[in-house]
Amino acid sequence: MAKYLVLKHYRGNPAPVVDIDPMDRWTPAEVDAHVQWMHDFATRLEETGEFVSHQALSPEGTFVRFGGEGKPPVTDGPFAETKDLIAGWMIIDVESYERAVEVAGAYSAAPGPGGEPIFEWLEVRPFYGSPCTIVE
Amino acid sequence: MNETLLRELIPAVTGVLVRRGADFARAEDAVQEALLRALDTWPSDPPTDPKGWLITVAWRKFLDATRSESSRVAREARVAAEPPPGPTEDAADTLQLCFLCAHPSLTPASAVALTLRAVGGLTTRQIAEAYLVPEATMAQRISRAKRTVSDVGFDEVGDVAMVLQVLYLIFNEGYSGEVDLAQEAIRLTRQVSAMTDHEEVTGLLALMLLHHARRSARTTPAGALVPLAEQDRSQWDTELIAEGVAILQAALARDRLGEFQVQAAIAALHADAPTVGETDWVQIVEWYDELDRLADSPVVRLNRAVAVGEADGAQAGLAALEQVDRTVPRHSAVEAYLRERAGDLALAARLYGDAARAATNLAERDHLTRQAARLNGVLRG
Repeated sequence: MAKYLVLKHYRGNPAPVVDIDPMDRWTPAEVDAHVQWMHDFATRLEETGEFVSHQALSPEGTFVRFGGEGKPPVTDGPFAETKDLIAGWMIIDVESYERAVEVAGAYSAAPGPGGEPIFEWLEVRPFYGSPCTIVE
Repeated sequence: MNETLLRELIPAVTGVLVRRGADFARAEDAVQEALLRALDTWPSDPPTDPKGWLITVAWRKFLDATRSESSRVAREARVAAEPPPGPTEDAADTLQLCFLCAHPSLTPASAVALTLRAVGGLTTRQIAEAYLVPEATMAQRISRAKRTVSDVGFDEVGDVAMVLQVLYLIFNEGYSGEVDLAQEAIRLTRQVSAMTDHEEVTGLLALMLLHHARRSARTTPAGALVPLAEQDRSQWDTELIAEGVAILQAALARDRLGEFQVQAAIAALHADAPTVGETDWVQIVEWYDELDRLADSPVVRLNRAVAVGEADGAQAGLAALEQVDRTVPRHSAVEAYLRERAGDLALAARLYGDAARAATNLAERDHLTRQAARLNGVLRG
């Protein structure tokens, strides 16, 4: 089994294939349906023994770096124009890369306005695994 | 409390429940519950008859779970008439469980998880920790695996080769959490070896012991990889090596060669060399030829190219490498190594960089990056 990060972006993904209003302009029922669908998706992955975790991130971010010896850290941002903005992620543990793509593809079918799939671009990234004992 | 002794009883107890008429899935659940209870109560209140205790508690759990079913009375009547099983039945049951848990209808990951729980006597939490997934996910993976094999008869004759694949995976996949999976794999392989008469089982056991003997030398305290050539050989466990070699010799004497025996023979030749310079590379190449005949795998031919490079020089190694598909994992790493030995440091540095980017684990990536950095330092003068 191998672990993959399925990454959701607020920004930085390829151009959307369908034009969808921001979620705060959906009807409350559409928002509820979307949230419930995401929850059910995670439950189904738990049932297949492939779910590891999921988290959502607030869009506000601050850049921080070492400020030099004895000085406080330096902060910068938040930037309204950051090119890439992570919205959240799901971690899955699956048999193959093909299965990871299959799961991400299904995850991208989450319903939006009118209950139609939002076709959101998701980024699939493999984790580093643990080294094998027997290699030579 | 000796947890290993407790774990060793688990498959036999499941066997008893199945022989009493319980279906495997429910029996295994009941035994897991009894195991959790034992882990909880035995430290302060150890039983005089551990196995009897486990059977009693597991059977009660099973009956509780199936209380509503009308067959209960009939089942209990049958149990009363049965004599308690002896060690021969226990071993036979444990082997049948191994077959069931390594059934070809299961994916490798499901077979591994089910084997660790039903045969290894680990708790779901321990297995989940070892494979870094939530306990609920691992529990589901195990339940699904049990559903997949629910139609397989307990007495069906299984395939030893599948069991060996599962044990090999458990040994080879590294470890984390409180359970040492390498040791667990060795323990289970010893059990299977005692219950069967199969030279590849002993071949695998020898392979595991010979690799396990080098474990402490294989990484620095910080976790960095130490290649075989640079390992401190005084850290190798000579007792494990001696045992591995003896087991291997007994297997080879039967003259029925298989992949695990050949891999163990290669490991034994490495273990046998007091210094890296004294390694018998010519014989190692011969074993790789044998392995290639048995396995016909590009990974084997890649490793063979390294051995040829040591036996006959870097150019010969590179010529051997030309026969290997470039898309095989670690191809660039092997080519980098041979190019450096052939004197082409610039190409070697670039290939190490490529290999680092293609690495699938962090320790290997860091090791390859270090090699590239070392050569780039030399090139800068």
